[in-house]
Amino acid sequence: MKRFFAQCYIWLLLVVLYAPIVFIAVFSFTESKVLGNWTGFSTKLYTNLFTGDMQGSGSLMSAIQNTLLIALVAASISTLIGTIAAIGIHNMKGRGKQAITFLNNIPMLNPDIITGVSLFLLFVFLHISQGYTTVILAHITFCTPYVVLSVLPKLTQMNPNIYEAALDLGATPFYALRKVLLPILKPGMVSGFILAFTMSLDDFAVTFFTRGTIGLDTLSTYIYTDARKGGLTPELRPMITILFVGILALLIIINLRKARAAEKANAK
Amino acid sequence: MNNRENIIEIKNVSKSFGDKCILNNVSISVKQGEFLTLLGPSGCGKTTLLRMIAGFGSPDSGEILINGTDITDMPPHERPVNTVFQRYALFPHLDVYENIAFGLKLHKVPEDEIDKRVRKVLKMVSMTDYEDRDVESLSGGQQQRVAIARAIVNQPKVLLLDEPLSALDLKMRKDMQIELKEMHRKLGITFIYVTHDQEEALTLSDTIVVLDNGDIKQIGTPTDIYNEPQNAFVADFIGESNILNGKMIKDKLVEFAGHEFECVDEGFGENVDVDVVVRPEDIYITNKVESAQFTAKVKSCTFKGVHYEMFVDTDKGYELMIQDYNAFEPDTEVGLIIRPADIQVMHKERSVNTYEGEIISENKVKFLNAEWECEPQTEFEPGQKVNVSVNFSNVDLIDHPEDGTLEGEVYFLLYKGNHYHLTVMTDHREYIWVDTNDIWDKGDLVGINIAPKDIKITKLDD
Repeated sequence: MKRFFAQCYIWLLLVVLYAPIVFIAVFSFTESKVLGNWTGFSTKLYTNLFTGDMQGSGSLMSAIQNTLLIALVAASISTLIGTIAAIGIHNMKGRGKQAITFLNNIPMLNPDIITGVSLFLLFVFLHISQGYTTVILAHITFCTPYVVLSVLPKLTQMNPNIYEAALDLGATPFYALRKVLLPILKPGMVSGFILAFTMSLDDFAVTFFTRGTIGLDTLSTYIYTDARKGGLTPELRPMITILFVGILALLIIINLRKARAAEKANAK
Repeated sequence: MNNRENIIEIKNVSKSFGDKCILNNVSISVKQGEFLTLLGPSGCGKTTLLRMIAGFGSPDSGEILINGTDITDMPPHERPVNTVFQRYALFPHLDVYENIAFGLKLHKVPEDEIDKRVRKVLKMVSMTDYEDRDVESLSGGQQQRVAIARAIVNQPKVLLLDEPLSALDLKMRKDMQIELKEMHRKLGITFIYVTHDQEEALTLSDTIVVLDNGDIKQIGTPTDIYNEPQNAFVADFIGESNILNGKMIKDKLVEFAGHEFECVDEGFGENVDVDVVVRPEDIYITNKVESAQFTAKVKSCTFKGVHYEMFVDTDKGYELMIQDYNAFEPDTEVGLIIRPADIQVMHKERSVNTYEGEIISENKVKFLNAEWECEPQTEFEPGQKVNVSVNFSNVDLIDHPEDGTLEGEVYFLLYKGNHYHLTVMTDHREYIWVDTNDIWDKGDLVGINIAPKDIKITKLDD
């Protein structure tokens, strides 16, 4: 009986969590302009999305492009900065290390709205004209701590003598970093990059405050503006569905890889 | 003077971390082709010294020379040495072959020669056919072999080994010891080996350097170190031993355990306090009480495989450890004989605690960073520097550190047959030596008290 309720509970939870997405996914296959009105199965919205045969399609496409570009650049730079920072933090000792780890955690716990407003004020104060640059800088700011957090455990697990062993065998510090340290840290860097990429992808508050007035839109700000203009553009439904399926596929791939790695480790 | 035979010279190297002194003015010469072992308890500075030779850490003062060239400030990748690390430190993302070839590739050795050399060392460490294996799939012993192969393939002038066998089980360790010794013979390169295992050191080395607390206690061949320890620390650390207070009556005659013995040592002077070491296997134990030098009563007898280990109480109340192939039941009256050559006489490092102190007031004196009550002093003015001495047996240790004038930790202990001789490290990292009948353990926190009448104050002789 207890088991039955436990099962019911988990299914209820999953339904509540996924119903909105399933709802949108289902209604992406109908032509109705109003969400929730089923006018028969159709893939017209998908065709519209890709042929650009819709109102304001240009700005939607550029929003998608912006989102991907910003996420890619921000995640790449964060991965670079975060990895270097993690190596530095790992080699620190005592109180300094604790303090820096603590400071690294704050941006992750800080509400986005505060990060956004304070960055906005900072950019205004420094007279940096807002646009692409400021949005990317802002995204790097909140993405880097996630990379640090994914790389640090790899460093702690690593045998501390490995880097020294490379130097001992005649490698210069830079060669040892490139050929020994980075390959060992790679899994941490990849998961840090993915984390940073998704954080950047779905950010709204920080982007909203730092994009300035040049009309720069990412997906989130575009949808926000669109929804306020009176109802969601119907073509957003297939787009949300595609995004969701894409992310789902990515997650499944990551989990499968993890499971396979664990299996391999167990087999030894 | 630069001896051409010496491949490595360590000259007056000192190193401190914070206020803790790790190495204190250490000088060692290593000959070409020698197997030298740095031996000592954990924290004695042996690993720090090895890391300095490898280039991971630099001395505060002093210099390190390889082949006459000063390498003190040379970065590790330019030094002609290779290291085998304690936990192997293999590169997990490379296979066995790539791990071993790592150093050769860096030195731009041609591909076909790399191949030849890697296969040769693989054969040497009995790991042929393992080239393509993932290093993490290997056992500890196999990983250690790869680590050794990775180092020797570069044909370094000196191979440094940092407790390379400590993570292996006993059987594997014994096998690897023999293989290492064999490898050293074949390769002809200099090995510097770090270990805390005295048996390993005795088995492998040409020369052993015994280190304690940053100081060299003795340098010598394994037989020298075992048979002729120069001080109580070495005698106690290497093998089992009976260490007793003794008195050199005259040349070739020493008194200890309440009896006079003939010995072979000379030149100590007459009636000089000394430490005497007798190895437990060097005391002959017999049923014939009449013909023996002295008698004892067996307290306990334990079978140890090859021999029996017995503790006896001598006629003058000293406890001795004896190892013999024959068993003597407890409570048996036995006779004991010690041959002159088996008695090792050592200079005492000190016979009394002495410190430089300062008079605070008429009945207060400051030394060891604490203020002590003393007998009223009329001779000295407050602020005057004086000499303070306290007999070992006059230092009281108490259980509750906070009740002592000074707090300390039992750092080293030595059983001297009828009492314990303790080295206590104070909170200010200074030492006080104590003779006591109470039983303390290493690491015990104690309070230190000294009765006012036992603090002897004399003029500072300068």
